[in-house]
Order: sequence, then C-alpha cells, then structure tokens
Amino acid sequence: MQNNRFWLASGMAVLLFAAVPESSRGISVPDTITLNSQSKLYEPFKFDHAKHIILTKECSYCHHHTTGTLEQDSNCVRCHRNSSETKVVSCKGCHRTDSFSAVSMKEKDPKTYHLDKPSLKAAMHRNCISCHEKMKGPIGCQDCHHRTKEGDALYNSGVFAPKKKTAKGGHGAH
Amino acid sequence: MKRRDFLKGCLVSGAAASLCAPSKSWAVGSFEGYPDSMGVLVDTTRCIGCRSCEAACNKEQKLPEPDVPFDDTSVFKEKRRTTEKAYTVVNRYEANDAQKPPYRKMQCNHCNEPGCLTSCFVNAYTKTKEGAVIYNAEVCVGCRTCMVACPFNIPAYSYSSAISPIIKKCIFCYHTRLKFGKPPACVEICPQEALTFGLRSDLIKMGHERIRETPDRYVDHIYGEKEMGGTSWLYLSRVSAEQIGLDTTLGNEPIISNVKDFLGMVPMVLTIWPALFTGIHLLATRNKNHGDVHDNHSEQEDGKK
Repeated sequence: MQNNRFWLASGMAVLLFAAVPESSRGISVPDTITLNSQSKLYEPFKFDHAKHIILTKECSYCHHHTTGTLEQDSNCVRCHRNSSETKVVSCKGCHRTDSFSAVSMKEKDPKTYHLDKPSLKAAMHRNCISCHEKMKGPIGCQDCHHRTKEGDALYNSGVFAPKKKTAKGGHGAH
Repeated sequence: MKRRDFLKGCLVSGAAASLCAPSKSWAVGSFEGYPDSMGVLVDTTRCIGCRSCEAACNKEQKLPEPDVPFDDTSVFKEKRRTTEKAYTVVNRYEANDAQKPPYRKMQCNHCNEPGCLTSCFVNAYTKTKEGAVIYNAEVCVGCRTCMVACPFNIPAYSYSSAISPIIKKCIFCYHTRLKFGKPPACVEICPQEALTFGLRSDLIKMGHERIRETPDRYVDHIYGEKEMGGTSWLYLSRVSAEQIGLDTTLGNEPIISNVKDFLGMVPMVLTIWPALFTGIHLLATRNKNHGDVHDNHSEQEDGKK
C-alpha cells in the first residue's frame, strides 16, 4: 500500500513537472498552499496547487501576466502583450488583505492603471468560484473551508441555529 | 366703492404672490452631496447570494436572532424587504436567459437628499458629511412619515414594541465604523467584494470604468448616480435595473424638490404679505380721507408761497 502511494506520488510529480511551463522550472512551485490562515470565521485549509496545475495546465488563468504563457484577455494584452514574468507570482504579492483601510485608500495613486484591484480575499473567491462554476467544481462555502465555532455563531448556524418557534408571533416578548 | 377696492386689492395681492412664487432655479440650490461623502458600489454581477452581509449586519448592529440561519438559501423563495430585525436583505431575481440568476442586496441607499429627512417633522434624521443617513431614536415619535416618504421602501418599524415603537434602518454602520473611516460590516465580510467601499465620486468613476472595460458584463447605467438626486449606494448590473427590483420610475429629482418651492415661499408669505396687505389696506382706506388730505396738502403749498 505504502509502495503504491509512493509510485503514485512520483508519477504525479513527473506529470506535474511536465505541466509546468519551462519558464517556471527552476523556481519552486508549491504543491500545497495553506490559505485562509488569517480568517476567524473559517479554518485554514490546504489548497492543492499541484492538482490545479494538472487540471488547468495554464498558470496565467490564475496568475494573470506574472507567470505562464502570455495573457490572452483582450483588455490585458493592450499592455501585457510582451511583459515578462515577474519576480512575485503569489496572489498576496499584488492583492492586498486590507483593501478598504484608510492607509490603502490614501495610497491609491490616481495615475495607477490597476486602481480597481480586488483584495486578496475577493481575488481568490472570484477566481475560484467563477472557474468552479464553469468546471462544475464545488462552490459551497464549506466545500473549501470549514467554518469555525465563531463562524457558526456569526451565521447563526450549527449549534447556534435559531430554535424553532413553538408559538407564532412570539417575537414581541422580551 | 369699498367693494371695488377690496377686489382691486385681491388682484394686486394675487399678482404679487405670483411674482413672489419662486421658479425652480431660483429656489434653494440643488444639493449634490457632500464632497467627501463615502459610498458603496454594489456590483450585482459579483454577488453569489451567500448572505454573509446579512449575518455581519445582524451582529454589528446587535439585531435579534434571525428566524433561520444565515446560510439557509430557502429564503430566496420569496422577495424579502428590510425589517426591524434585518437592516439588509439579499434577494434573488429571475434571469431572462441561460445565465445564473442575479442577486441584489437591499439596504438604505443613503440618499444625497433623503426623503425621510425631508419628511421628518421632529428632525430625527441627519445626513452626515461622511454620507450616512442616521437618525436619533430618542427623538423619533414613531409617526412613520419617513416610511411613506422613502422612495426605496427602506425604513422599518418596530411593530413588536408596544410601548415606544420607533423606526429602524441601516445607518451605514456610522457609529461603529464609518465615523472612523472604516467600511460597514457588510462590505468587509463580502467574499466576492461585490461591495466596494470608497469616496462616492471615486466609485462613480470606477463603475463607469468597469462598464467601459467589460461592456458585455454590464448594462450601461449606474443606478443611484442620479436617481432621486443621487444616492451613496450605487448599483451595477448585468440586467436592467427593474429586473433586479430597482424602481426605475422614480426619476432624478429628490423628494425635497416636490416641496422645496412651497417651503421656499413660506418665509416670503410671512414677511412680504403683512407689508403688502397693510399697504392694500392703506390704499383701500385712503380714499375715505381723500378730500382732507388734499386740503392739507394745498394749505401747506399755500404756506410756502
């Protein structure tokens, strides 16, 4: 059993290597990335990067112009037709965690083209969910990240679910 | 003779009143909102109907426990409206094509010239310089005039309170967040950033830019940019505004425009009319002593000679 797993893993690794564009080889591509480590409402989870590389076979679907083959989006190619790979390719390298803080609002340079850049949370949710909808992947909140107890409390779910009212119109009572 | 003078007076005063009636442009200038007013751009094309904004609002505003959990999507079976227990609700609408159904969050739109504020006779409402329309619950007498005045059907009423029912509505998280430059709770929790917080003027630019960049994604209109004199909350949509339950028959004039002309006349009626009618009265009674006055006058002239 153990032996089987080993072969499977090494087979995956070979496949993975083949799937990664040549230009990206040499820099380390993580197999899993722990996401959501800052959230209080949902538990952190391991994003299976390797699996998604195999499924999409195209880095630029998620990494835009920073890595992979060149950007195809007609809006992006206006500037990024020949832009080379960037040093920073991670999501958090460009997408801020605090997009609405006073600091980040003030920092916005009106000359910057990408003024309407989504926050890290939004960038991930939008990218993941829109693709999962197309590819018929899981789209429920807890399909990716499990809710914490604090999260259950916020959503009035699980053990915090509202008790079924026995008598109707009882909401006036204190 | 008297009767004729009276009629003459009426005619004169009528003419004067019509002259005094202010034209639209002459009346109080239209208010386009505070320059540093904040707002929220609601991009309904991004909303996935997760109801997180409802949950966040409930906790931030310390609202009572909901009837069903906030992750229960059965609520989309019917169109809900804001209540004393929910300052914001998300509704699902029907798509007229194969696309997925659009969702729209509903809450106070925080008008530049709020109808609720205009209608409130105890002045409970305030439009803050940050853009929020807040209200003083201690002043509210529970008359519900604002519920009638609001073009978006937002203010809810605490019918559950038998002793002192008051109005309840979204206050843009003013006291806990907006005042300190922070976005409201619903905006912060939105996983899709369907809600974008910023200066209203920036958001309008941003909205038009999104439409320009991805014209297939949007109807070329920002609901709330001009509607009812402009609102702090703005909406982008893939389908027409009425398809996501936004009223497109409201026009661009704020509620106050309907009463501004009338209210502008009140001070004039109070100041000019007494003087005017006194004058008419003097005119009307002058003829009585006409002869005497004339006599006096000629006597004086004689004296000078």
